[in-house]
Amino acid sequence: MSALPAAAPSRAIGLETRGMTKVFGSLVALDDVSIDVKPGSFHALLGENGAGKSTLVKCIMGFYQPTRGQVLVNGAEVQIPNPKAARDLGIGMVYQHFTLVPSLTATENLVIARADVPAVIDWRKEKRTLAELIDRLPFKVPMDVPVSGLAAGEKQKLEILKQLYLDQRFLILDEPTSVLTPQEADEILGLLRGMTDAGDLTILMISHKFREVTQFADDVTVLRKGAFVGSAPAKDLTVGAMSRMMIGDMKLRERAARKPYTNQPVVLELAGLFADDDEGLPAVEAVSLKVHAGEIVGIAGVSGNGQSELIECLSGQRPLTDGRLFVKDEPYEPERRKMARFKVFGLQEEPLKNAAVPKMSVAENLAFRSFDQPPISKGRGWLSPGPMRARAKELIAAYRVKTPGPDEPIQNLSGGNVQRAILARELSSDVDVLVVANPCFGLDFASIAEIRGQIMDQRNRGAAVLLVSEDLDEILELADRVAVMSEGKITYVALASETDRNTIGQHMAGHH
Amino acid sequence: MADTTVPAPSFAFADAFDRVRRSSEYVVIPLLALLASAVLFSLFLLALGKNPVDFYSLVWRGGFGTSFSWQNTLVRASPLILAGLCVAIPARLGMVVIGGEGALVLGGFAAAVTAIPMVGWSPAPLTLVMMAISAMAVGGLWIGFVGYLRHYRGINETISSLLLSYIAISILNFFVEGALRDPSDPNKPSTMPIGPETMIGPMPGTSVHWGLAAGIVACVAVWVLMNRTTFGFAARITGGNVRAAMAQGLPVGRLVLVSTALAGALVGLAGFFEVAAIHGKANASLIAGYGFTGILVSFLARHNPLAIIPVAIFLGGIDAAGGLVQRRMELPDATVLVLQGLMFVVLLVSETLYGRFAIFKSKGA
Repeated sequence: MSALPAAAPSRAIGLETRGMTKVFGSLVALDDVSIDVKPGSFHALLGENGAGKSTLVKCIMGFYQPTRGQVLVNGAEVQIPNPKAARDLGIGMVYQHFTLVPSLTATENLVIARADVPAVIDWRKEKRTLAELIDRLPFKVPMDVPVSGLAAGEKQKLEILKQLYLDQRFLILDEPTSVLTPQEADEILGLLRGMTDAGDLTILMISHKFREVTQFADDVTVLRKGAFVGSAPAKDLTVGAMSRMMIGDMKLRERAARKPYTNQPVVLELAGLFADDDEGLPAVEAVSLKVHAGEIVGIAGVSGNGQSELIECLSGQRPLTDGRLFVKDEPYEPERRKMARFKVFGLQEEPLKNAAVPKMSVAENLAFRSFDQPPISKGRGWLSPGPMRARAKELIAAYRVKTPGPDEPIQNLSGGNVQRAILARELSSDVDVLVVANPCFGLDFASIAEIRGQIMDQRNRGAAVLLVSEDLDEILELADRVAVMSEGKITYVALASETDRNTIGQHMAGHH
Repeated sequence: MADTTVPAPSFAFADAFDRVRRSSEYVVIPLLALLASAVLFSLFLLALGKNPVDFYSLVWRGGFGTSFSWQNTLVRASPLILAGLCVAIPARLGMVVIGGEGALVLGGFAAAVTAIPMVGWSPAPLTLVMMAISAMAVGGLWIGFVGYLRHYRGINETISSLLLSYIAISILNFFVEGALRDPSDPNKPSTMPIGPETMIGPMPGTSVHWGLAAGIVACVAVWVLMNRTTFGFAARITGGNVRAAMAQGLPVGRLVLVSTALAGALVGLAGFFEVAAIHGKANASLIAGYGFTGILVSFLARHNPLAIIPVAIFLGGIDAAGGLVQRRMELPDATVLVLQGLMFVVLLVSETLYGRFAIFKSKGA
């Protein structure tokens, strides 16, 4: 395989699917979807979680075999029995999370990605070849430092560079900007747009960020519940129209009104927190924050800057190496008795990993907070399953958790319903402090609206809410004050009304 | 779908039926695994030129065919029950402890050592109580140490408990062949006997000692502990997802220590019964592999304390038939171990079958 794409114009590939259908058992994941991605276009694929975007892409990439339907490349039908076949056709994919080897340099990562790595690599020759390639591309990445030392934006550029180096001329991007700052995202998408305009590349981008779609895409295709909803030039669609296409005529929960925030007492105080990551390296450094009653403080930041370690410290999953926590001016440690006494609750991302026991029943999972209190425990350490099930049935009904019954293992529920069950468990009693981390990660619109509404309700009722989120839109929607976390430190704090996306983004990137 | 979320009393029966149907998966799959291992073992016998039908009928006769064989079976089942609990309790916390053998051996040794200075002046019941307490204390410390290493030092409990078993066996051998050897016993290096007046007799009307009753009571008590107490609930949360347990502020370290110590105490009690009801002294006969067969017991019972009782009796029966098989079929003693090993492997493979059969799923799922 030549590592040097010839500089011929219009090398971009067009790709079409016809009647793609994929059935898993009784589930129709993809139902007769036909899309047409023209050569040299930037095509956005929109849809909710579970709308079939990944299934469609996996069929194109040869990870799945479609039950019915064809893929056409440049108008000719092709067979893609496996990912290697897709690669040979020039179809490459960039994933949401990085697939680079952190301990190797950029050059090494590119060379080992080739299908025909020789047994003995002539590194000098490879470097020269690579330098020539990079000269002709707009992407600039430091090639000789280990990838672990690169910023997220640089890693994502390198992922794209890798596909171009492998001579892939049809790129599928799966939410490529989810780990980037807004500036990094704009830069990368802008460069890609330049390449599609020049006819060097075709892009199919899975996204849920309307801003990026309206700004960079030529065409938009929307899927819903596995079916094709519509396709149109991006300039003809408003954000409202796109979101209606995505969710159909479903009614979302009205956004909760924000009660005006007046001077309230401090409820949660983080005083000089330090903590290490799993490797024993400092992850959280000197984090101090005060959260008032009836206030949401949102911590923004690019993933991997110590936010998850901070949340783990607050929820008792990671020891502090230094610093103190206070609730209502009293020392607080995240252990059961104090959680109950100070009414501290939490919502975390990926609840099956962080907040639930997948194999235990819905009823049991709903009782994690209350199993050692009446009526479930009448004292002396005894436990009564009867009141546990009764309480579970109430919560299931009140929070509209869709489950076959309280005895169903919670892992059989959909992601949105698991998070709803956790919401029911954590928010159904009095809440004074609420610690929230990426609560809507991977959920559908209806669940997101519900969860954000509930968080706002708690704030309006006077809870002090600390919200850590990698989704800047979520922070801008909910927070009263915004803090930015970068390299383990809080580098910026401002009232939400007095800052903007651009300023926050600059601090997220570490430019002060 | 929405209507199933509304609690309605008329569904109670269907509800219960649904639960039975789903939990039957946990009975049917292990039984299928046993059947498969029996078929595989038959092939093994055929390869040796033996008749599998003879083998299984001999196992039936030697283990369950007569009242004598039943009593033999139950005598072997009682340490297996307690050894099974030593695996089942930590398993609820997500730990695989396979070193019950060591705690059993040391528990028996501790019981014998406690009895030696008491024999002659102390009334038998007092001696027995002290023996039982020291057996449980030593067993509890032994497996509790495994829990300590796991929680505070991050050492894999499977490896450490296995290695500690060999240390325990060496400790027993060191003392019975040295400082504590009874010089009047020329045959097998042993401690001084506790004497017939101290030994526990059989339960009335049987030749089965009280260890069986103790085991059954322990199983029921552990079931209650795990399913009807806040301790058990917290342990199950910890075992199912330790991150979730920590986020609920549960004292994970204390749960691990208490559970492993309890597990060790119960298997130590098995050692006490082996000394006080069977051997009358501590010697290498304590190293009979009950601790290791207990692993198979607990896995076959899916770590359910109540299911441990029948499973231990079943495996005790196979064990009891070993002698008969050996004499009649001219097969080595280890043949039964081959059968147990096959069962274990097939059982572990069968773990992948859970959730694959639609018949066990609830309708709404």
